[in-house]
Amino acid sequence: MFKNHKWLVTTTSIALVLGVVLTGCGSTAPTAGTTPSKEMKMSYAPGSEPKTLDPQMSNGIPEMIMEMNMFEGLMRLDKDSNPQNAIADSITVSPDGLIYTIKLKDTKWNNGNPVTADDFKFAWMHALNPEAAAEYAYQLFYIKNGEAYNSKKANAEDVGIKVVDPKTMEITLESPTPYFKSLLAFPTYYPVNKNNVEANPKWNLQPETFVSNGPFKMQSWSHNDKLVLVKNSNYWDANSVKLTELTFNLVSDGKAALTAYEAGQLDGIDQTAVPISDLDRLRKAGSLKTSPYLGTYFYRFNVTKKPLDNTKVRQALALAINRQALIDNVFKAGQTPALGYVPGGVPDAETGKTFREVGGELFKEDLTKAKQLLAEAGYPDGKNFPELSILYNTNGSHQLPAQAIQDMWAKNLGINVKLVGQEWKVYQRSQQDLQYDISRAGWIGDYIDPMTFMDMFVTQGGNNQTGWSNADFDKDIETAKKSGDQKVRMQAMHDAEKVLVNDMPIMPIYYYVNYYVLKDNIKGLIQLPLGFTDFKNVTVEK
Amino acid sequence: MARYLFGRIVSALLVVWLVVTLTFFLMHAIPGGPFSSEKILPPAIMENINQRYHLNDPLANQYLDYLKNIAHFNFGPTFRYEGRTVNDLFREGLPKTIALGLVATVLALVGGTMMGIIAALKQNKAPDYIATFLATIGVSVPSFVLATFLQYFVGFKTHWFPPIGWGEAKNLVLPALALSAYPIAQITRLTRSSMLDVLNQDYIRTAKSKGLPGYIIVLRHALRNALIPVVTFMGPFFAYILTGNFVVEYVFNIPGIGQFFVTSIGNRDYPVIMGTTILFATLLVTFNLLVDIAYTVVDPRIKLTGRKGA
Repeated sequence: MFKNHKWLVTTTSIALVLGVVLTGCGSTAPTAGTTPSKEMKMSYAPGSEPKTLDPQMSNGIPEMIMEMNMFEGLMRLDKDSNPQNAIADSITVSPDGLIYTIKLKDTKWNNGNPVTADDFKFAWMHALNPEAAAEYAYQLFYIKNGEAYNSKKANAEDVGIKVVDPKTMEITLESPTPYFKSLLAFPTYYPVNKNNVEANPKWNLQPETFVSNGPFKMQSWSHNDKLVLVKNSNYWDANSVKLTELTFNLVSDGKAALTAYEAGQLDGIDQTAVPISDLDRLRKAGSLKTSPYLGTYFYRFNVTKKPLDNTKVRQALALAINRQALIDNVFKAGQTPALGYVPGGVPDAETGKTFREVGGELFKEDLTKAKQLLAEAGYPDGKNFPELSILYNTNGSHQLPAQAIQDMWAKNLGINVKLVGQEWKVYQRSQQDLQYDISRAGWIGDYIDPMTFMDMFVTQGGNNQTGWSNADFDKDIETAKKSGDQKVRMQAMHDAEKVLVNDMPIMPIYYYVNYYVLKDNIKGLIQLPLGFTDFKNVTVEK
Repeated sequence: MARYLFGRIVSALLVVWLVVTLTFFLMHAIPGGPFSSEKILPPAIMENINQRYHLNDPLANQYLDYLKNIAHFNFGPTFRYEGRTVNDLFREGLPKTIALGLVATVLALVGGTMMGIIAALKQNKAPDYIATFLATIGVSVPSFVLATFLQYFVGFKTHWFPPIGWGEAKNLVLPALALSAYPIAQITRLTRSSMLDVLNQDYIRTAKSKGLPGYIIVLRHALRNALIPVVTFMGPFFAYILTGNFVVEYVFNIPGIGQFFVTSIGNRDYPVIMGTTILFATLLVTFNLLVDIAYTVVDPRIKLTGRKGA
C-alpha cells in the first residue's frame, strides 16, 4: 500500500532537496554590520532594479545614482553643484562660447587601460546613434549636429566631437551653452572603455566585464536584490575614497525598505523609496534628513476648455489655496510654497544669488482678490461654475492633496470639483492628449539652469500639455537660448517666468525637497539637487 | 489513458494560445507605451526607439512575429532592462520563485496534514480547537497582510529573521510562511473533516479489531482515503502558490519572477507581460493536468478515460 504514496513521498523529498540546494544559490555578499577596523562598509537603498547601468542608455534617478559612483566624467559636481575638473585637466572655451578644448588627466580604467579622448567620443556617439535609440540622447543635442545625426539628417562625421590626440578633445556646440560644464558631469556624458565594449557587447550586464573609471567598481550584481560595489584602486583620486564597500539594495517596496532600515539591515534609503505615510514619524524620531531638490509640484490647467480659457478663472483658483497649510498637513516633508515656477538652488547671473532670490515671489495668495477675479469672470461666489475635475496618478500620494485642494476651492470660492485617479501611464496619456480639466504635475530639472524648467512651456512644446501659447514667452525663451551672455539669458528667463506665472496655465504649489533617511554614523554623503547621491567622500564612524 | 492525455494536452495548448492572443491584443489596447514617460521625448528619438523595437509595425505583423518567436522559445528582449532578454529574466528569477514555491508547498502539505490528523484524532479537545483556530485565521487573513505582519513583528521587532533579502536559508522562512498560511489552513480543514469521516468507516473498525497499532491504522488505512479531498484542493493550491507569489515576492524583495508579472504591466514591458503570462498559464494548465492524474493514483475508483469510454 505504501507504494501508492510514492508520488507524494517523491515530490516531498525532491522539494526538500531542491529547497535546500537552491537556497544556497544567489550571491552571499555580507550585509552591513560589524566590520574590521580597516574596512568601511555601508548599504543604501536607491530604489528598484536599474533599467541598465550603461551610462548612455539610462535615464532614471536610481541607475544614475549607481553610475555616478562607478564612473567619472570630465567634470564632477561638488556639494554645491559646481562642476569641478575630474577627468578633465583643463578646459578652454573659445570667446564665442562654441568651442571647448579639453585636456585630459592621465587616468586609468579599473582594468588598467588608460582613459582616452577616444573613450569619451565612442560613448557619446553611441548615445547619439539612431540605431541605439537612447532615450536621453537629447542631453547631447547641445553638441553641433548631435540632433541632426540622431534624426538621421547628418552623418556621424559631422558631429562636433573631435579627438585631437589621446589626451585632447575639441567639442563644438550648436549655440553657446553657459551650463555646458555642469552637463559634462552628467551620466550621459560619462566615458566607457572602448576596447572593452567592442570586445564584450554585453559588457554592462556582469561584473567580470563591467569596466568603470570612478570611485567604485562593480563586485557583484544580483538582479532585483543587490548591487555590490567596492573601492576602485585605479581611480585617479582613490586617496580621497575611504569607503571600501558600498552595497545598493534594490528594493522596490518603500515600506519593506523602511522596515529593513529600522531593523538595521540598511544604512540609508533614498527619497524615491521613503514612504510618505511615514514622514511624520521619521521626522519626529529625527532620522529624516532633507536637502534641496530641483523640482516644482504644480497643477496644469487645460486652457482650451471653458472656463479655464479665462485667465481670471485660473488666477482665482491659484490665489485661493493655502500652500503652507497643504505642506504642513498633507505633503509633510517641509517643502517650500511655490509662488513662482523655477525652484531655488539654481544660480543667477549675479554670483551668490539664486534665480529665485532675484526673481522673488511672483504672486500672493489672496482670498479677497480671488473672489473678485472669479466674479469678474462671471461666476460671483462660484455661481454657475461648471463642475471641473482634477486628474491625478494613483501610484503616488496625490489623492490626499487633491482632496485638500478640492476642499479649499469649495470653501473659499464656492466651486465644486471632482477627483479622477488614473494609472500612471494612462494619466500621462490623458495629459498629453489634453483629456483633462485640471491635472496634477511635477517637474524635476535635468540640469542646473532655469532653462530646464522654462522651455517646456513654449508653444506646442511636447511637455507643455496645457494648450497654452504666448508669443512674448516664446520670444523670451528664444532670446535666452541664443545668447551666451548670462545676464541677457537670465533677464530673458525672468521675463518669461513673469509672463507664465501671470497667465497661469499652471498653478505652482510647492518646491520639492529631497528627503531621505541615513544613519547618523555615516558622514560625507552628498545629495545633489538633481537627485543624485554621491558616496565618494563617505566615511562610516564607529 | 493515452488517448485522454492526448486530448488534454491538445486542449491545454489551445488554452495557452487563447491566453497569448487575448493578452497580446488587450495589452496593446491599454493607453501608454513602454517608452512613454512623464517627460515627453523629442519625436526623432521616439521614432528611433519605435524602429529599434519594431513598435511601428502593424499590430498583426507584431503578433505573427511574436508567435514565431515563442515557437522557438524566444520570448524577446525586455523593453525595460536594456540588453537583457525575457529568457534572461526567467533564467535568473525562476529558480528563486520555484525554491520559494517548493518550500511553501512542503510546509503546506506536511503542516496541513499533520495539523489535520491531530485535530481529528483529538476531536473536541484542546489540540483540535487550536488547529481549528489557526486554520480560521489562515483562511481569512490575506497573504499581503500576513506578509507585512510577519515582516514587521517577526522580522523587525524580534530580529529573528531578516525582513528583506535573498541568498540565505533564513531569508526563506518568513516568505514561505506567508505564502503557505492559506493552503496550510485549507489542508488542515480538509484533512480534519475527511479524517473524521474515514475514522468512522467499517474498515477502520475492522482494522482496530484486528489489533493493529494506532499509527498503522492512521497512516495506512485512514490517511490514504482522507487525502482524496486534499488532492482535489491541489489545483487551486498551485494556482494560489503561483499567484500569491506576486505579492510575497514584492513585500520581501525576493528577486524571483513573480514581481515581474506585476511590474511589467505598469512598465508596459510587452515582452515581459507576454512571457510571464505564458509561463504562469502553462504552469497552471500543467498542474491541473497533473492533479487529475494524481486522482487515479490515490483513488483507484477514479479512472481517466476519453469521453466515450466513460
